Amino acid sequence: MNFHLKVWRQKDANSPGRLEDYEARNIPPDASFLEMLDIVNEDLISKGIEPIVFDHDCREGICGMCSLTINGIPHGPSTGTTCQLYMRKFEDGSTIYIEPFRAGPFPVIRDLSVNRSALDRIIQAGGFISERTGSAPDANSIPIPKTIADEAMDAAACIGCGACAAACPNSSAMLFVAAKVSHLNLLPQGKPEKDRRVLSMVEQMDKEGFGGCSNFYQCEAVCPAHIPASFIAKMNRDYLVASIKRTVGVMP
Amino acid sequence: MTLDSKIPAGPLEKKWTTFKNNAKIISPANKRKFEIIVVGSGLAGASAAATLSELGFRVKCFCYQDSPRRAHSIAAQGGINAAKNYQNDGDSVYRLFYDTIKGGDFRAREANVYRLAEVSASIIDQCVAQGVPFAREYGGLLANRSFGGAQVSRTFYARGQTGQQLLLGAYQALCKQISTGGVQMFPRTEMLDLVVVDGHAKGIVVRDLVSGKISAHAADAVLLCTGGYGNVFYLSTNAKGCNVTATYRAYKRGAFFANPCFTQIHPTCIPVSGDYQSKLTLMSESLRNDGRVWVPKRKEDCSKHPSQIPEEDRDYYLERKYPSYGNLAPRDISSRAAKEVCDEGRGVGPGGLGVYLDFSDAIKRLGRKVIEERYGNLFEMYENITGENAYEVPMRIYPAVHYTMGGLWVDYCLMSNLPGLHVLGEANFSDHGANRLGASALMQGLADGYFIIPYTIGEYLTTQFGKKVDPNHPAFQEAVQSIEKFTNRLLSVNGSRSVDSFHRELGLLMWNNCGMARNRKGLEEAIEKIQKLRDEFWKNVRVLGQGDCMNQSLEKAGRVADFLEFAELMCRDALMREESCGGHFRTEYQTPDGEALRNDEEFSFVACWKFEGVNKDPTLIKEPLNYEFIKPTTRSYK
Ligand SMILES: Cc1cc2nc3c(=O)[nH]c(=O)nc-3n(C[C@H](O)[C@H](O)[C@H](O)COP(=O)(O)OP(=O)(O)OC[C@H]3O[C@@H](n4cnc5c(N)ncnc54)[C@H](O)[C@@H]3O)c2cc1C
Ligand code: FES
Repeated sequence: MNFHLKVWRQKDANSPGRLEDYEARNIPPDASFLEMLDIVNEDLISKGIEPIVFDHDCREGICGMCSLTINGIPHGPSTGTTCQLYMRKFEDGSTIYIEPFRAGPFPVIRDLSVNRSALDRIIQAGGFISERTGSAPDANSIPIPKTIADEAMDAAACIGCGACAAACPNSSAMLFVAAKVSHLNLLPQGKPEKDRRVLSMVEQMDKEGFGGCSNFYQCEAVCPAHIPASFIAKMNRDYLVASIKRTVGVMP
Repeated sequence: MTLDSKIPAGPLEKKWTTFKNNAKIISPANKRKFEIIVVGSGLAGASAAATLSELGFRVKCFCYQDSPRRAHSIAAQGGINAAKNYQNDGDSVYRLFYDTIKGGDFRAREANVYRLAEVSASIIDQCVAQGVPFAREYGGLLANRSFGGAQVSRTFYARGQTGQQLLLGAYQALCKQISTGGVQMFPRTEMLDLVVVDGHAKGIVVRDLVSGKISAHAADAVLLCTGGYGNVFYLSTNAKGCNVTATYRAYKRGAFFANPCFTQIHPTCIPVSGDYQSKLTLMSESLRNDGRVWVPKRKEDCSKHPSQIPEEDRDYYLERKYPSYGNLAPRDISSRAAKEVCDEGRGVGPGGLGVYLDFSDAIKRLGRKVIEERYGNLFEMYENITGENAYEVPMRIYPAVHYTMGGLWVDYCLMSNLPGLHVLGEANFSDHGANRLGASALMQGLADGYFIIPYTIGEYLTTQFGKKVDPNHPAFQEAVQSIEKFTNRLLSVNGSRSVDSFHRELGLLMWNNCGMARNRKGLEEAIEKIQKLRDEFWKNVRVLGQGDCMNQSLEKAGRVADFLEFAELMCRDALMREESCGGHFRTEYQTPDGEALRNDEEFSFVACWKFEGVNKDPTLIKEPLNYEFIKPTTRSYK
């Protein structure tokens, strides 16, 4: 297959970027999107042009390192991550636009690579259970209904790629935050810090410059881990309860 | 020279307790004075960094990804073992110990493996308390599944994403410590050298992958938790960035590399489909719980659609050859059996390099819904990659490089021969001998980080009171300068071949000559070719761009330069080991029916290699393996 590529190139965070034209030739339909870029990069290197920088690692759809906005959509026209997108999904001879994830809190580092450390700082604000190594009771001492465990797992499946924020017209990271808040708040082990967690994570999200949710649901549509937007509603409830508790002064 | 493994005296089941009772404790006020560098944020690194920080040490943690949560541990699918005996099926610490040591073909240390089995139960407690959403039964208790090489059900799992959930647990613990200021995190930072001062590991040299800046960090102890080196084969199930750089450069600074030839080829991966391919995808071994492996009995049937091949014309070769373990035979054995049937010309799919993994019986027995619940995401992944629906046609699988049992040598305290340098997780050699059982790597990574290093690091640190090194010590400057020089050298070759083209060529050579089956001739030939390829690399590699900014070709070039030296060490180790054991199969040493022929008389030792210079033969130092408590037997899964 052959494709005409328009690829965002940007030297560093402070330089302006622009779309460059490249040809991708003789691409096997079974190649992944990133393998297509590998082939293009080999060609660029042979011509003495610096290869396109893009983030990736596991290439299995689980580490969340790959990004890319493909034809305007974070992770492109697949239901998973960019690394799990295969070229057979594209029409032979078509033009493909490749840009970085676009969101204010994700500044471009170089070409297609962006800085997503804002997401780490949100987790640092409270996305954990304060348990010290060695202090845990026997794992079966607190039975957890299967439905609860399954729901927590649905939320915990988030791979932290940031596509939700990149897809959202408000650059909101609500789906990311809601997934972590729900995962931990659903479990009995996470209950003691439930209120504190939701308040500080949401506060940090605001501080990082992510916008609020106005129910566009673009996040859910692009999420490669299929995190349902219903978790956002759940988080809003948790947030409301915690805010009231804080206002009336009964926060644990 | 002899190596002291520092194994405590006394009965096997008392060793760890004895050690802990006598371990050197550091007071809280003094802990604050010690600074520890942790390289790596996978299960081993994140759990160690978090726990050491909780204890009060000052920790700096490094990883090359943009976030510690993306370490390669995230990709583990199947599960984690623990001797909980929640299924009441006769499991025990001893049984987990014995299965692991037998699975490793009696090439691991008894004391280490016993300790691993002993702490395994605490890992599950710890993870559940952190909020890891393990699979549960309707009664609300934890569920288990079986894995290869065991006849009990002791594997805990979180759908097909166990590694992800365990790593997120450890990552969250790490985040908690980062938020208190106890851990300073350095993502997108690659360790490129170890700094040794007066024979002690006292720091590292790193490159900031965003700014390109090369700098040194000093500490009282260094922990390498940098994972495995499977990418020496280019194609493997590892993430693209996995490398040998951290451990190999420590080796070049004097740390011994142990058993480098012990690599694991996983039997259930999606077969290679073309030479553009950049990595191989694992299909979790848990699939073998319900899938049946077969190929056609006759070569002529290989091109037929599987549904056209009647039951009596199928060869369920694992069930036939290993009736008691069947489809759950250990990895090395299953991989070799697949290679054998394909070598006979009975493989299926493109190039005849594949075997079927068939779920039709399980679907008949349990219904599609149960299979979906158990493996839904794996089936989806398979369909996405191959375009085939495995509920309707059997999966095609083939072995692929997956895990490396070899690694830096460590003693019972997880310290290498270089004082101060500790090595955890897949990066060390310690617990899996010549073959690792499924679901044991996650267990080992977390055991090392949560439950072992916090107890053992005191043995070294208590000897270091008042011995802080000055970061202006000439050793730091020397190391920084040598890395700057190395980087400039890569950038200035300006040849005509890309880094990837060298890596691919090396990988193919290693797969053919140092892969599933090895022999003297092939290994000698490989060593010669590797040396030539290395020469060519330094004359003809093309790394464009500069060093003072993000430059992914430069990052890759450094890693491939190390693989090109390390590959030779692997071949030398494989050549020296004139026996077959576990994942190391020398065609010259096999039983008449094609099983591995171990030679305990001559090879019951850990092969530790000491660096003597590039293009110079390394020195072999042997750590004898003395089996005090069990008797090595011929490993049989028949
Ligand atoms: C696809 C797959 C599935 C698996 N499934 C299972 C399973 O079901 N059960 C099981 O028990 N095991 C499984 N394993 C094996 C297991 O996942 C690994 O052995 C284990 O997770 C390794 O953990 P680690 O902490 O040692 O290293 P890793 O998780 O690989 O972490 C290495 C860390 O070191 C950092 N690093 C590496 N080099 C450098 C450097 N030079 N400078 C700075 N940082 C560096 C990385 O950034 C990373 O943070 C699987 C492995 C694979 C590949
Ligand atoms: S590279 Fe890991 S999710 Fe795409």
